[in-house]
Amino acid sequence: MKQYDIVIIGGGPAGLAAAVSAKNSGIDSILILERDKELGGILNQCIHNGFGLHTFQEELTGPEYASRFIEQVEDLKIEYKLNTMVMDITEDKLVTAMNREEGLFEIQAKAVILAMGCRERSRGALNIPGYRPAGIYSAGTAQRLVNMEGFMPGREVVILGSGDIGLIMARRMTLEGAKVKVVSELMPYSGGLKRNIVQCLDDYGIPLKLSHTVVDIKGKERLEGVTLAEVDQKGKPISGTEEFYSCDTLLLSVGLIPENEISGGMGVEMNPVTSGPKVNESLETNIEGVFACGNVLHVHDLVDFVSEEAASAGKNAAAYVREGDRLENEKEIVLNPVEGVRYTVPGTICVNRMDEKLTVRFRVGGVFKNCYVSAYFDEERVIHRKRQVVAPGEMEQIQLTKEMLLKYPDLKTITVKIEEA
Amino acid sequence: MYDVIIIGGGVSGAAAARELSRYQVKACVLEKEEDVCCGTSKANSAIVHAGYDAATGSLMAKLNVQGNEMMEQLSKDLDFPFQRRGSLVICLSEEDMPELQALYDRGVANGVKGLQILNREEVLEMEPNVVDQVYAALYAPTAGIVCPFHLNIALAENAYANGVDFRFNTEVLDIKKMEEGYELITNRGIYHTRYVVNAAGVYADRFHNMVSEHKIHITPRRGDYCLLDKSAGTHVSRTIFSLPTKKGKGVLVTPTVHGNLLVGPTAIDIEDKEGTNTTKEGMDQVITKAGQNVKNLPMRQVITSFAGLRAHEDGHEFIIEEVEDAKGFIDCAGIESPGLTSCPAIGVMVADLLKEKMGLVKKENFIATRKGILDPDTLSKEERKALIKENPAYGNIICRCEMVTEGEIIDAIRRPLGARSLDGVKRRTRAGMGRCQSGFCSPRTMEILARECGMSMFDITKSGGKSQIVVGTNKDVL
Repeated sequence: MKQYDIVIIGGGPAGLAAAVSAKNSGIDSILILERDKELGGILNQCIHNGFGLHTFQEELTGPEYASRFIEQVEDLKIEYKLNTMVMDITEDKLVTAMNREEGLFEIQAKAVILAMGCRERSRGALNIPGYRPAGIYSAGTAQRLVNMEGFMPGREVVILGSGDIGLIMARRMTLEGAKVKVVSELMPYSGGLKRNIVQCLDDYGIPLKLSHTVVDIKGKERLEGVTLAEVDQKGKPISGTEEFYSCDTLLLSVGLIPENEISGGMGVEMNPVTSGPKVNESLETNIEGVFACGNVLHVHDLVDFVSEEAASAGKNAAAYVREGDRLENEKEIVLNPVEGVRYTVPGTICVNRMDEKLTVRFRVGGVFKNCYVSAYFDEERVIHRKRQVVAPGEMEQIQLTKEMLLKYPDLKTITVKIEEA
Repeated sequence: MYDVIIIGGGVSGAAAARELSRYQVKACVLEKEEDVCCGTSKANSAIVHAGYDAATGSLMAKLNVQGNEMMEQLSKDLDFPFQRRGSLVICLSEEDMPELQALYDRGVANGVKGLQILNREEVLEMEPNVVDQVYAALYAPTAGIVCPFHLNIALAENAYANGVDFRFNTEVLDIKKMEEGYELITNRGIYHTRYVVNAAGVYADRFHNMVSEHKIHITPRRGDYCLLDKSAGTHVSRTIFSLPTKKGKGVLVTPTVHGNLLVGPTAIDIEDKEGTNTTKEGMDQVITKAGQNVKNLPMRQVITSFAGLRAHEDGHEFIIEEVEDAKGFIDCAGIESPGLTSCPAIGVMVADLLKEKMGLVKKENFIATRKGILDPDTLSKEERKALIKENPAYGNIICRCEMVTEGEIIDAIRRPLGARSLDGVKRRTRAGMGRCQSGFCSPRTMEILARECGMSMFDITKSGGKSQIVVGTNKDVL
């Protein structure tokens, strides 16, 4: 059986950045397992620009951004296997994988980095009533058909959900000759980045209907139209507000779900809010030597932050390989998200293990204007940062330093919350 | 000129075709959809009922108990998933006990074996997720669960292997009585046959009424369902029924043979024989009623919802007989629940009827068994390695959620009566049936279908007809 120091599950942006970072931290024996036919993950179908502003200080397309990391992986001679599906990982980090050439095979890893990304929530998960004709796609599936294969899924489009992929696809479908009639969003605010609403909807005159959802789907073979209705504050459709839109295509951009079936199978503890693993400051799960990063950990808006997070996971996995178990007998500070803050990543911090700086990322549960992002070290408010607006569609962060935390030797809990001005 | 034409490729038609194919007979199944198992047979509870529901002495009761007894051997002969898990009918209060006792008595009278009334403790020990206020339950160890797609497809494939013709996308528009037999006018030409078997599900009344003065009437009775992810699949390990009481009829909660959890159905009478749309009211009913017998149902794990139509005849009884004023026209109508359970017995009954009338003689070379699509998950690691070495397509995962390989999809397409659409592949292999609901695998399955069938990507459909997936190329209209 082959053995590697670090096996990375997934060759998308998270897996690539983790591999490069682990290699640069001095680990040579690294293997990336990728299920698709090329490295780069979902970036390969994201042919629009806007990637890399933070990482490279320039605007790249998805494939360009991916290629920067793929080149590093090639230059550093990091091993990878394509068209390879990981079937199972044990708690002892025995990885079972499969591909056409090698069949079913096993690999023993010292450390594992989970970087499987996420999948799109489907129509079924929303219980949208109506028929089940052809013509209903998740936005990402349509993106693959159009951008990778050159096929148009339809001509007249309604989009449900204003997640970023949906917004990007509104523009793409328009550019490729389709008529995008409306984007409907259940919530009273968009789930996507502000810049995408401006650049993908406003610039093309595509209306965004907030607090609206699809209440019926018409068409027995191919989609013929959908009925939208306004919803009340509880998200229930308001009778009398129904409006029919004829269309042959419904794209769904209604949320992303981290793909943690493998993680769950190996006994990794999950955070029900993120649907991703619970991790500490090293992005290490409850199983020592098993790390997680990118969208499998929590869904990000910007790939730049995925790369940054994954680099940290790669470096920490390298440290684990060199130093062995670092989880024992260390006191941990618990991060407590309350009042508008839905979760934090990481969920715990061990001061002795942390770097000089630590980014704590989180999302809020609603739109808050003229508010403060605050962090309390037990009872004492230590961070109190004014924000004009925070919204669920944009990931937030606070920076902690080791220096700060060392001043509070008895610190048990850091409470993160949104406070009114 | 055929000896027998069977209208409809659902479980009844396919079972009749398979049983008929034991004899020297020239038979054909006409199916209006592009595949078998496209109507009532594909959207139901997938339950093999024990047989205590139907009125004692009815044909329903008789064929239910017979079908249940035949299912296990049939599942071995034709290689489809069937599990005898048992079922519980939950009684929530002492005052409803007479109804539960009546079910028990009827079951005994119908010949159902092993029935027991269990007390609260016994029920909760068996099924800890049954609600705490359970008072008692009727336990039926002979009840089971089956894959309706594989059952239907297996019957059809085996009938085909034994010489029965199948014509898809062929809709019967009119039927004329001729001097000898019948003329069936279809959208694809005219067929002549001596005998007709009317196994047309919700359309069976239409065809019956074309040849008979004694009209029958079938109401499509819609049932909405929610299917939950495999992570919820072990919430119960038997089928949990609600005891029908004065307060109404509940919904069932059952594991499926593929490891999901199924909740439903509603019962809503409609007019439209194609009205398989779910409605908000229907889904709300399912969600509300599901919790009446089973606690802590993880309804957030719903991966899809769907509706099926039961072929409810006004007399609420199977009609399997030669039509009185239409000699040679055999009805197989009103096949609603327990139709799926009964289908093996329905097939035998139809074939026996025809044998008698036609004086059919058995074939010597009848092929009694059929192998299903190989599921590599059932192999040992070593066997699986050997399989991939022999055929690398079995090492290539196409559907990540259900872990379906390219090898299985190719098998589903190439085998007799093979899949020609995404739904056809899905019913045979489960590719696209998992938690992402085909988001990742559909473009890849399309490529395989196009390659294997020599089709253009523009001809590939979700389920035949006008259900194309892609309509053109980028910028082609600009």
